[in-house]
Amino acid sequence: MVTAVDLDAHMYDVVKVGHEQLMGEVIKIQGENIIIQVYEDTAGIRPGEPVENTGLSLAVELGPGLLTSIYDGIQRPLEVLVEKMGDFIERGVTAPGLSHEKKWEFVPVKKAGDTVGPGTIIGEVQETNIVHRIMVPPNLKGGVIREIRTGSFTVEETVCVLEDGTELTMMQKWPVRVPRPVTEKKNPDIPLITGQRILDGLFPIAKGGTAAIPGPFGSGKTVTQQALAKWSDAEIVVYIGCGERGNEMTEVLTEFPELEDPRTGKPLMERTVLIANTSNMPVAAREASVYTGITIAEYFRDMGYDVSLMADSTSRWAEAMREISSRLEEMPGEEGYPAYLAARLSEFYERAGRVETLNQDMGSVTVIGAVSPPGGDFSEPVTQNTLRIVKVFWALDAKLAQRRHFPAINWLNSYSLYLDSLHDWYDENVNPEWNRIRAWAMEVLQKESELQEIVQLVGSDALPEEEQVTIEVARLIREVFLQQNAFDPVDTYCSMAKQYDMLKAIKTYADRASAAQRAGVLTSQIVAIKAKNDLPQVKFEKDYNVLLEKIYAQMEAEFTALKEA
Amino acid sequence: MKEYRTISQIAGPLVFVEKTEPVGYNELVNIVQADGTIKRGQVLDTSDELVVVQCFETTAGIGRDSGVRFLGETIKMPVGRQMLGRILSGSGKPKDGGPEIVPEKRLDIGGAAINPYARDTPRQFIQTGISTIDGTNTLVRGQKLPIFSGSGLPHNEIALQIARQAKVPGSTEEFAVVFAAMGITKEEENQFMQDFERTGALEHAVVFLNLADDPAVERIVTPRLALTTAEYLAFELDYHVLVILTDMTNYCEALRQIGAAREEVPGRRGYPGYMYTDLASIYERAGIIKGKKGSVTQFSILTMPGDDITHPIPDLSGYITEGQIVVSRELHRKGIYPPINVLPSLSRLMNLGIGEKMTREDHKKVSDQLYAGYAEGVDLRGLVAIVGKDALSERDRLFLEFADLFEDRFVRQGHNEDRAIREDTLDLGWELLATLPEEQLVRIDREMIQKFHPRYRKKAAEESGTSSATASDLRSESM
Ligand SMILES: Nc1ncnc2c1ncn2[C@@H]1O[C@H](COP(=O)(O)OP(=O)(O)OP(=O)(O)O)[C@@H](O)[C@H]1O
Repeated sequence: MVTAVDLDAHMYDVVKVGHEQLMGEVIKIQGENIIIQVYEDTAGIRPGEPVENTGLSLAVELGPGLLTSIYDGIQRPLEVLVEKMGDFIERGVTAPGLSHEKKWEFVPVKKAGDTVGPGTIIGEVQETNIVHRIMVPPNLKGGVIREIRTGSFTVEETVCVLEDGTELTMMQKWPVRVPRPVTEKKNPDIPLITGQRILDGLFPIAKGGTAAIPGPFGSGKTVTQQALAKWSDAEIVVYIGCGERGNEMTEVLTEFPELEDPRTGKPLMERTVLIANTSNMPVAAREASVYTGITIAEYFRDMGYDVSLMADSTSRWAEAMREISSRLEEMPGEEGYPAYLAARLSEFYERAGRVETLNQDMGSVTVIGAVSPPGGDFSEPVTQNTLRIVKVFWALDAKLAQRRHFPAINWLNSYSLYLDSLHDWYDENVNPEWNRIRAWAMEVLQKESELQEIVQLVGSDALPEEEQVTIEVARLIREVFLQQNAFDPVDTYCSMAKQYDMLKAIKTYADRASAAQRAGVLTSQIVAIKAKNDLPQVKFEKDYNVLLEKIYAQMEAEFTALKEA
Repeated sequence: MKEYRTISQIAGPLVFVEKTEPVGYNELVNIVQADGTIKRGQVLDTSDELVVVQCFETTAGIGRDSGVRFLGETIKMPVGRQMLGRILSGSGKPKDGGPEIVPEKRLDIGGAAINPYARDTPRQFIQTGISTIDGTNTLVRGQKLPIFSGSGLPHNEIALQIARQAKVPGSTEEFAVVFAAMGITKEEENQFMQDFERTGALEHAVVFLNLADDPAVERIVTPRLALTTAEYLAFELDYHVLVILTDMTNYCEALRQIGAAREEVPGRRGYPGYMYTDLASIYERAGIIKGKKGSVTQFSILTMPGDDITHPIPDLSGYITEGQIVVSRELHRKGIYPPINVLPSLSRLMNLGIGEKMTREDHKKVSDQLYAGYAEGVDLRGLVAIVGKDALSERDRLFLEFADLFEDRFVRQGHNEDRAIREDTLDLGWELLATLPEEQLVRIDREMIQKFHPRYRKKAAEESGTSSATASDLRSESM
C-alpha cells in the first residue's frame, strides 16, 4: 500500500507507482492523501518516488485472442510474461491482454447503410473452433455504417466506420468493476449439463444460475470445479484460480488441450479462458482477478453464448478484501472481514444470469464459486453470505472424502432451487419418468439416513426385513450412482441418458425386491442377488448397454428362480 | 552511510526510527548498540518521517542510544554450491566453524512467484518405502506435502526415514536435502544431526538451524533462506532438492508475535489475517519448471496445537499444500509405527504419479479400495462399542477384522524397512483385500481383480505350473 500526495485522482483510477512504474489502483482518498493498492510487490520503493495517474479505471481488453489464454488477475498474459521476464514473476513488467500485432480474419455480417446500436454484432472472426462475434461496444451509441471492411486486421485497426466518423475496431475495453449491460434478464429454465451424476441427477444448476461449493481442504472443490470446466455443456468456460495453487493451474494447462468436448469432439482448451492469480502472487491482483474473469464471461455472453465461470476460491478473494481493508484500517466487520463483504459477494453473483443481449440474442453466464471455510465450518461469514445469494448449494463433506466417496457432496445437506423450473426440460429431453425416479432416489437416501440412526443403536440385523432392503438399495444408489471417479476416462463424464439408465436399473432391482418380498421371499436371498454386483462396472464401460442388458436378464432369472423355490 | 540516533520507540521486535532521507520498504537495517554489537533488521513500514524496523534478533540491549544504518538494499543471500555439507544459523551465518560462504550469486530471499505458465506438472513417483505414503498417499517430485503431527509424536523419525529412503526408482540424478529448523529443541537438533552424520546425508545437505532459544523473529527468515538455497540448487545447478521445514507451528507463532507487536487487528485465534498469504509465499516455493532439470519437493512438519486439525495453522496449511500426512496419537498409543492415519491424509498429486508405466496399473483402485474398506471397518468399531460384535452381520465382521489387519500389516513397518512399491506395498494391499468377499471390492473393476487378486494369481500360477511368488507368500521382513 502506498500513499501519494499532490495527485489528481479519482477512486479506482489506475496509477503507475515509482521509477519502476508498478501498476496500482486508487482505493481511498483522504483529503490530500491518495491511498494506492499496488498490484505488485513494493519492496524497495521509497517515499519521494513519483506517482503517475493514467486517469482510467482498471479495464480489460476484449476481442479475438482471449480464448486459450492464461492471464494473471489484471489480465497480463502469463505466456508473454515468461517471454519477457523468465520463469519467475518479477515486477514492473506490463503486457497488453490481447496481442496487438496478430492479425485476424474479419468477416462482416453488416453492410454499409445498416443501422447499428450498442451491442450489435457487426462481424465475425473464426478465433478457434469458436466464432468470435465482433460487437459495437455497449457504451457507444451506434449509428449508420458508412464503411465496413473485410480482411485481415489487428485488434487495433479500424474495421468499421459509422456515418458520424466513429471508428470501430475488433477490440473494446471495459472497466472490470462495472457489469456490462443487457436488454433483459430472463428466468433460467435450461439445465447446465455437467456429466456429473450427483449434480445433474440430484442437484442441478440452470444455465445462468449460481452455485456454491463449500468444503474443507481436500474435500474436492478443485476437482469438481475442473470437472465442470471440462464437461459442462457451456460454449465458453472462464476458469479463475483465485489465490490457489500454482500446480493446479499447470494441470489445467497441460490437461485441457488434450481433452475433447464429448459433444463436439473439439479440444476443450479452445473454448477456455484461464485466470491464474495463485496464492503467492500479489493480493491486490487476486482481488481484481474475480472481476477480470466475470467481465470476460459477460463479454462472451453478449455474443449470445452460454458461458460458465468457475471461481476457485471465492474465500481467497474475500480474504484479499480483508487484507486490503485491514491495511486501510477500516472498521472490521465479522471475523475481520470488511462490512461490505456481503455486498461485494452479491454484486458478483448478480452478474450471473440468463439474458437477452443488446443484440437480442439469448446468452448466459453461470457462476459457480468454491468456498473454503476455515476449519470446514460453514457458519463462517463467507459461506453464510454466499448461501444467502446462490440458488444451488453443493455441500462437500470431509467424512465422505476421507472414505474416498467422491464426489464428496453430501446428498442430505445439498440443495438446488432450480428443480421446479427445470422439471419440464427433464420431462422433454431425458425421460418423462426422470423426475419421478429422481424423487424416489432422494427419498430412499433420506430414509436410509433415518435408518442409519437406528442401526447405530441396535445393529443392522435388528431392522425390519423391508428396511433391510431399503438399506441395500440406498447402498446401490450411493456406490453405483453417486460415486463417480473423476480420474477414470469413462466415468469422468456421464451423459444424461446413461444417468437415467443407471438409476432405472437400480429402481428395477428395488421394485423386483419389494415384489419378491410380498411374495414371501427371504430378505437375505433378495439382498444376495448376484446380478446387481455388476452394476458398479456399468460406470466404467463405454458401451454399457450390453452389460446392462446382461444384468437385467440375470436379475430376471434370479428373481424368477427365487419365486419358484 | 548515515547513522541515525533517532530511535523513538521499541516494542517487542519492532524499533521505530525517525529519519530524514527516503528509505525503502523491506530494506535491510543494521542497528549498532552502544557496545558495538550489530543487529540486523528489515524495514516494515516507511513514511516521510518514521520507519518501523523489524529486528531479526532480540531487541535486548537496543536503546535510544543505539545507532541505525539503512543499507539501501533488500535482504540478499549469498548462495553457492559450497553450501552443501554446511550447517548455518537461522539467519544464514556459518555455525559449524567453517568459513563464510563464498557467493556465486546473491539472491533476494522473498522469492518471486513461479509463473504458472512456466511450471511443469509434477508426475514423477518418489518411493519413500513407507506403505501408507507410497501406497495410499503417493508423493511426487515437485510436490509440497506436509506432515501434520502433534507434540510428542514421532514425526521427526518419519521425516528422517523419508529423507533416508526417498528415491526415484531407477534414477541416479543428483539430489540434495535442505533442512531448516525453526524453534526446535536442542534434543531434536541432535536427533536430526546424528542421523544426518550417521547416514552420510550431511554431505548432500544444507542445514539451517534456528533453535528454541534463538530469537523468534529470526524464524521469519529461516525458511526463506532455505527455500532460496533450494531454488538455486534446483533451478540453476540441476539438483533434485528435498526441503524439510520443521516446525511450521513455531514459524506461525513468530508471525503472530510480530503482528501483535505491530498492534494489527488479529484474525482467527489471534493469528494475523494475512497468514494464508504469508504461508503461501513459503509453501508455493516448490515445483518443477519447464526446461529445468532440477526440482524442489517440500516436506514440512507442523505440530497441531491440541491435535486440532481445524486450528488455523494446519487449516491454512492444508488449503495451500498438496495434501497432508496426518500422524495419529491413537495409532501411536497402540504402538504402531509409523502412526500415519490414512483417513484424513491425502496426496493430491498422487494420480499424476501412479498407474501403468509409473507404479502399476492397479495402484489407484487398490488404494481406493483399501481406503473404503478401512473407513468402513473403523466406523464399525464405533458400532461394536455400543451393540457388541455379535450384533454384526458376517460381512461387517470381515470389515472390522480388515481394519485391524490393515493397521497391523499395512500401516505398521520398521524404522529401516524400505518397502518396494510393487512387490511389497501393492501386493500386501491385495493380500489384505483378499480377506474381504470379492463382490465387496466395488472400487476395483473385474479386469484388475482377475489380474491381481491373489486367488486368480494363484490359479494362474498353478495352471502354468510355475511356483512364482504369489502375493500371500510375501511377508514384510525387517521390523
Ligand atoms: N470426483 C472425484 N473423483 C476422484 N477423486 C476425487 C474426486 N474429487 C476429489 N477427489 C480427490 O480428492 C482430492 C482433493 O480434492 P481437491 O483438490 O479438489 O480438494 P479441494 O476441496 O479443492 O481442496 P482445497 O480447498 O485445499 O483446494 C483430489 O486430489 C482427489 O484425490
